[in-house]
Amino acid sequence: MIFEVFRQERKGQPFQHAGSVTAPNEEFAEIYAREQYGRRQESVALWLVPRDALHEIDEFPDEFGMKYRRVDGYSIKARLREAREKAGTLELAPGASDE
Amino acid sequence: MDERTTEFLDYVQSGGQVETGDWMPDEYRDRLIKFIEMHGNSELMGVLPERDWILRAPTLQRKLALTAKIQDEVGHAQLIYRVVEDLGKPRSACLDDLVSGKAKFHNVFHYPTRTWGDVGVIAWLVDAAAIVSQKALLKCSYAPYARIMKKICWEESFHILHGRDVILALVTGTDEQFALVQEALDRWWEPLMHFHGNPIPPDEDPMYVWRIKSQGNEEARQQFLEGYVPQIRELGLTIPDPALRREDETGTWLYTEPDWEKLRAVVTGHGPASEERLAFRRLSREDVAWVERVVLAEAA
Repeated sequence: MIFEVFRQERKGQPFQHAGSVTAPNEEFAEIYAREQYGRRQESVALWLVPRDALHEIDEFPDEFGMKYRRVDGYSIKARLREAREKAGTLELAPGASDE
Repeated sequence: MDERTTEFLDYVQSGGQVETGDWMPDEYRDRLIKFIEMHGNSELMGVLPERDWILRAPTLQRKLALTAKIQDEVGHAQLIYRVVEDLGKPRSACLDDLVSGKAKFHNVFHYPTRTWGDVGVIAWLVDAAAIVSQKALLKCSYAPYARIMKKICWEESFHILHGRDVILALVTGTDEQFALVQEALDRWWEPLMHFHGNPIPPDEDPMYVWRIKSQGNEEARQQFLEGYVPQIRELGLTIPDPALRREDETGTWLYTEPDWEKLRAVVTGHGPASEERLAFRRLSREDVAWVERVVLAEAA
């Protein structure tokens, strides 16, 4: 069996994927993981997860083009310029002298 | 080259990284397996020269440190073979190819360790040369390999420390102890110069083209020389190459061209200790086969 190993470096930090071990059962997996990822006190905790138990999702389609949920959905720059022009404050804007 | 492969090549050449489940060209997969497998073999074979000195270590502290280093290296082999397994070649097949002489391992592990001075030179300088290559693998286009390299480099830095400490103890000791280090350095210099391979231009090196390695052979050797020649010389040791010097204008190290034919012969199993090492690996594999059978039967 293949077990994926996640390790936590310090209390309060997220568990991060460290690697994997091959072992015939959980008992051996624990011994191998302790030796590989804990023998120098480099982890405060380990998670062992049988690879078969992982469910991976790696596609995030955006069929409806929901750009309003993202930063790139807002084009502030052009509109702000227009607003400043209208208000006559273009010269006062930060960075105006650089242009 | 088909369009998909060209796209893949562009992707890795612009710094893109690949995961196990991603599509990859067959050539890329084959080269990865061969390269990573050789690395795993080297970690495993690399413990044999040092193993010879566990019983002869001069103090208990040295014996413990050497044993810990050996455990680290075997651990690296396990991590690396795991990566190879996920690419499609089982560990048992790697070991079969290793003991039959079909697969290669690094040139430096084909040489005997004659004295305790060798143990210091290996831990300090061979590991230093290895860390140059391994640091460059932190940027490998195959991400699972790059990730385990972080842990490996971290552990190698302990080995360099241990090796340097062994060397410092010897060079500050008696004249005989100093001579032991000088004599070991004399023998190890050629294998060290061979270590990073012949100076093939990176663009003609398929391992660089696919960004499995992130630097060329000569660049790695130059880094090693730049970092370690001054450290060796400041101890009063003499490097056995009268032509070795740093060109001040370019910062390039000049040296006597190593015999590349000899390197080829060594890595294809014709080194001074190749046969002995493989025979030992074969023997220990047969010796411990019953452990594997018992463990697997009990776990089932």
